[in-house]
Amino acid sequence: MAGTLMALLFYLAVLVFAGGLLYRIAGYARTPAPLKIPTTPAPTTRSGVVLRMAREVLLFESLFKANLWIWGFGILFHFGLALVLARHLRYFTEPVWGWVDLVQPFGIYAGFAMALGLAGLWARRLFVQRIRYISTPSDHLMLVLLLAIALSGLSMKFIDHPDVVAVKRFFEGWLQLSFQPFPDSALLVLHLSCVALLLLIFPFSKLLHAPGVFFSPTRNQVDNPREHRHLSSWAAARYEGEGPRG
Amino acid sequence: MAETVVAPPLRVIPIIPELKPDAMKDVRSFVANEKIQTAIGFPGQLVDDWHDRAIGKMGELLEKYRSLKVYMDACVHCGACSDKCHYFIGTQDPKNMPVARQDLMRSVYRRYFTVAGKLFPKLVGARDLTRDVLDEWYTYFNQCSECRRCSVFCPYGIDTAEVTMAAREILDTVGYGQKYTNEIIGKVHSIGNNLGLPGPALIDTLQGLEEDVKEDTGVDVRFPIDVQGAEVLLITPSADFFAEPHIDSLIGYAKVFHAAGISWTLSSKASEAGNFGLFIGNYDQLRKIALRIREAALELGVKRIIVGECGHAWRVAYSFWNTLTGIGAGAEDPFALQLQRQLDGRYRQPTHICEFTWDLIERDALRFDKSANDQYVVTFHDSCNVARGSRMGDLMGGQFEIPRNIIRAVANHFVEMPENTIREKTFCCGGGGGLLTDDLIDLRVKGALPRMEALQEVAQTHGVNFMATICAICKAQFSKVLPYYNFDRRVVGGVHQLVSNAILLGPKQ
Repeated sequence: MAGTLMALLFYLAVLVFAGGLLYRIAGYARTPAPLKIPTTPAPTTRSGVVLRMAREVLLFESLFKANLWIWGFGILFHFGLALVLARHLRYFTEPVWGWVDLVQPFGIYAGFAMALGLAGLWARRLFVQRIRYISTPSDHLMLVLLLAIALSGLSMKFIDHPDVVAVKRFFEGWLQLSFQPFPDSALLVLHLSCVALLLLIFPFSKLLHAPGVFFSPTRNQVDNPREHRHLSSWAAARYEGEGPRG
Repeated sequence: MAETVVAPPLRVIPIIPELKPDAMKDVRSFVANEKIQTAIGFPGQLVDDWHDRAIGKMGELLEKYRSLKVYMDACVHCGACSDKCHYFIGTQDPKNMPVARQDLMRSVYRRYFTVAGKLFPKLVGARDLTRDVLDEWYTYFNQCSECRRCSVFCPYGIDTAEVTMAAREILDTVGYGQKYTNEIIGKVHSIGNNLGLPGPALIDTLQGLEEDVKEDTGVDVRFPIDVQGAEVLLITPSADFFAEPHIDSLIGYAKVFHAAGISWTLSSKASEAGNFGLFIGNYDQLRKIALRIREAALELGVKRIIVGECGHAWRVAYSFWNTLTGIGAGAEDPFALQLQRQLDGRYRQPTHICEFTWDLIERDALRFDKSANDQYVVTFHDSCNVARGSRMGDLMGGQFEIPRNIIRAVANHFVEMPENTIREKTFCCGGGGGLLTDDLIDLRVKGALPRMEALQEVAQTHGVNFMATICAICKAQFSKVLPYYNFDRRVVGGVHQLVSNAILLGPKQ
């Protein structure tokens, strides 16, 4: 029964996550950027923009310029999360991919890094006056949710092991639409419910910063307005009938 | 009111100031009257159905501008921008933190355009668009100079200027415009320039300048206007025609053209580089104002278009003219090609006056007596729209190097202000983006604080007594606020003012 419920919850969560995200991304992609507004100095070539974007997404370049505390905690959390996610691939692959095997030990430390990063960000939200001022309840709850995921995960590693073989059997079954028994572990239920909730709210929340950054005109535009005439669809259509003298 | 305005004390250590909620809630720019509004096609006063029209306009802008759409969603409230705005630093009002300013609109966006905000408004900080909220928009979106400093530091590149422009566009649409900016837009259409200087007065002024320069140098430097077939059309802010210290840079441009032997002309039709359409985020106005320059260029048959010292004008010229008017290169459509075929493709179109002068200096075509500027220890204030919204030359960052190169070529003493206050991190003068009006003098004085601190530092350590800049608004703003910080108003001046002092006009020895 618990297994069926959890499996259904995850089908729903993944569906909402993927569908919602695709819908939002399509919305961003469809909306034109009528004017050239890169924050300069900006690269003058496409490949330069790819590099700028890579520095932004992988190294948080702008945040580094802004504030070393937020940058440090942000890096700890996001890179921790990336490694932890990589480590979790072992529950979904058989045989486990070689590189996933390799990251297993690092994934454990990454769990701590993730929790530490989240705790640091939350401490700033609670104790730095400016950031407390701009925080909404959902900003706090988002950190609580992520911390709950990290801490329940770490607890299962270090305090109360669930039957990981059964966990893997459950998810391999889930991938093939076959309902397998769910291991009896309250921590696991908590962990997975929180993950499902995170997937469910992703397309409706500020977590949209993840796809959003790729569509940010101040970052993804090439600085070449004098060399190329940039015209958006609506602006072109709006002034089409006006003749050559405007 | 101006008498009671006092500059905030300079910070000994530049710590981030404490919040003073509502410190600036009563500083409201004058609202445009019916005449000003209707002259540029906006409702004369707040319309009865302002709520529905505002939400409708917001929905329209969200479909038209990817920037707005992405920026409404992407902010995570990380706080990276929270201490970056000069108005926040100077006023300590938390709503002048970029993120909080954006949230004035984001909270409404969430309420009307997102599932979470419709279902759980309190949870995600969503709120109805009430009259109070609309008033708050008016107050605080007219306390943003659209300088884009926050966008440098945002991990997603969120640019508060885009949000401010959208907000002002919505406010204009419901009949709640700002007097200063909208009045000036009206003037540029009816008279031809922001200062409302009619053609005959302009011609008179230019003749006077020719006499002044003749008296000063003994050389016949011309200030031509409406000359058919001139090589260069110079588009410059109208403040250059008579305001101090702007006029000294205009003299500088004329001397450079004279020394280089290049024919040039001003245009009485397009006697204004500034384009306040940018400030109110209205695409139609932005385009309509820019088209005057295209028309002047076509009528006069010029080969090159050069832009004088003006920050936002250079952003509009560099980044938007090609899109709006076809002034540029690389077009394939007949509208743009008509002009691009006329313009000389060997030159950058448009060209900044600093690019023009620096090219001549590099080719050794100009001679200077640098000692003419020896009374000055010079520093350079990067203007925000040039620094973060444009480029000069062919290399990234040319907008920083080229003006500095010119200064070093014409003056012996040059020092930089602290690193976090120049180049891409430069602080706004405090008067940009449509806020250069006396009804906002309190805000302007406070907003200048970070720049004044930086200037004070180099004045003390290096004896800096001249801050060069290439923006008409910066020059006007600093002339006004420098005395509040116990500086002489003549500490600010143009780069071409220094050029003018040092350039040698006689025949080569």
